[in-house]
Amino acid sequence: MELGKATRVAYGEALASLGAEIPEMVVLDADLSKATMSKLFQNVYPERFFNMGICEANMVGVASGMASAGLIPFASSFASFLICKGFDQLRMSVAYQGENAKFCGTHTGISIGEDGVSQQGIEDIALACCLHGFAVLVPADEHEMRAAVRAAAFHKGPVYIRAGRPQVPIIYTADVKFTIGKADTLRPGKDVTIIAMGLMVGASLEAAAQLAETGIDARVINFSSIKPLDVEAIITAAKETGAIVVAEEHINHGGLGQAVSQVVVEHCPIPMSFVNIGDRFGESGTPDSLLEKYGLTAKDVAAAAQKLVARK
Amino acid sequence: MTTTTTGSSIEALQEKAKAIRRHVVESIAAAKSGHPGGSLSAADVVTALYFGGVMRHDVNNPHDPNRDRFILSKGHAAPVLYAALAEAGYLPIESLVTLRKLGSPLQGHPSKVDLPIIEASTGSLGMGLSVGVGMAMAAKYKGDNFRTYVMLGDGEAEEGQVWEAAMSAPFYKLDNLVAIVDSNKFQLDGSIEQILNWAPIAEKWAAFGWHTIEINGHNMEEILAAFAEAKTITGKPVCIIANTIKGEGVCFIAGNNEWHGKAPNADECARAMAELA
Repeated sequence: MELGKATRVAYGEALASLGAEIPEMVVLDADLSKATMSKLFQNVYPERFFNMGICEANMVGVASGMASAGLIPFASSFASFLICKGFDQLRMSVAYQGENAKFCGTHTGISIGEDGVSQQGIEDIALACCLHGFAVLVPADEHEMRAAVRAAAFHKGPVYIRAGRPQVPIIYTADVKFTIGKADTLRPGKDVTIIAMGLMVGASLEAAAQLAETGIDARVINFSSIKPLDVEAIITAAKETGAIVVAEEHINHGGLGQAVSQVVVEHCPIPMSFVNIGDRFGESGTPDSLLEKYGLTAKDVAAAAQKLVARK
Repeated sequence: MTTTTTGSSIEALQEKAKAIRRHVVESIAAAKSGHPGGSLSAADVVTALYFGGVMRHDVNNPHDPNRDRFILSKGHAAPVLYAALAEAGYLPIESLVTLRKLGSPLQGHPSKVDLPIIEASTGSLGMGLSVGVGMAMAAKYKGDNFRTYVMLGDGEAEEGQVWEAAMSAPFYKLDNLVAIVDSNKFQLDGSIEQILNWAPIAEKWAAFGWHTIEINGHNMEEILAAFAEAKTITGKPVCIIANTIKGEGVCFIAGNNEWHGKAPNADECARAMAELA
């Protein structure tokens, strides 16, 4: 598959391109703007960009105050710092107040590579999803990221967007629309459904191609809206394909897999399988070697689907 | 347009502070739980803010974008804020006794969603100043001329986030922001001196780049003079260190940290009300 830009780059580009249309928009960062790529907004609108220094908790509180005064702040940092250090502030000053503030956590998953555990945001979806009233979005490629940032900007209420460090395969075209709460079926199929988010979407499409060679017809659905969750798409997939694999670059606890399985158990119990980081930390290494070691490749998804179909 | 609340005479403000203290005692007694000590210590400063011509606010236009903002970062003192809002006409006085009761907008700690006149939901200590910094930055950015006031506890300032916010406000030259430290010398487990003595208070804020003013937080003239001085300071934020007595106004509560988070019973409430009459 053709590699596109990293979703963090698309995040910065999207901010810069929305600036003219949305005068209330301001952007904050915590001294990582060259890595989160929010500096792309700063380059165009220096007077609307606020580098809050290495103070994530304060940045989240400041974003809350700005939102309450009528601005639309987008605040970014590495997910592990933004969500973990800013969690109480996201809970009290943003979620509990229902503020119209947007947050982007970059450098998620183990695919950031060599920096290792401290910088690898692998719990962010679990934490973001338990913030009442938040929309939680995980765009799969650069085009979907641009559409998601736009949707977040026009959405009334708090939003968390997950972005990644490496380049990821192109899934969409530039004219893709993003609807918060809607999943997108990328490939039809009747034997098994692969539900994926982020860079696992590309891997799942590859897995589906591999499965086709073995005679398994796999449906692939991109769940870029983790919250709200497209419950109907899950129920339909469960009923029509009778088996679901969930693939995500996140720990098992509180991730997409557990969210999907709750819907399945409640509405249409079927065999399921989970491809994720499990209950462990990552480590240093090249992104590809880590994805291989932690079982997050197309081959792993295909193997999980194959085993699952045999259980049907 | 907003109108400036007319400043009242010192005597009238002292009477208003007494009324607010009565509401504090009665509402906490009715709730059978709450934090009288830190509510009473803050009463005079809060009275000055709402009734001493300090804050621009208008009960007929409560959500005016140009209203001055007050954030009670020490959210456990919610009863004093509710009492001031009720005396100012934002809430029915009768609603004060619904404090902490099921279904009441008067939550145990201030909740903006439940009571929209509240500027920030607080109660997890250390957060209000950051929100205030955000409001003050937004005002500068938008060219609005409202001012933001944030009250913190001296125990609360042990939280690291307070100092992140304290670093950021002078950097952004937020002369539209005033922090008030209600320095009542106690926190839940004991005296600040015993638990985590962070003195000298004024010197620390000054070192972070704030203009500091230290006052007796129960002397209405000093309080009003401090807020007047704060309005004249340009290029930097102002921190008013209000030296107060925890539980001030009720003799058996004042200075006794057993009353940090204990409600008066019916007899104690009656004694307090008699003293505050």
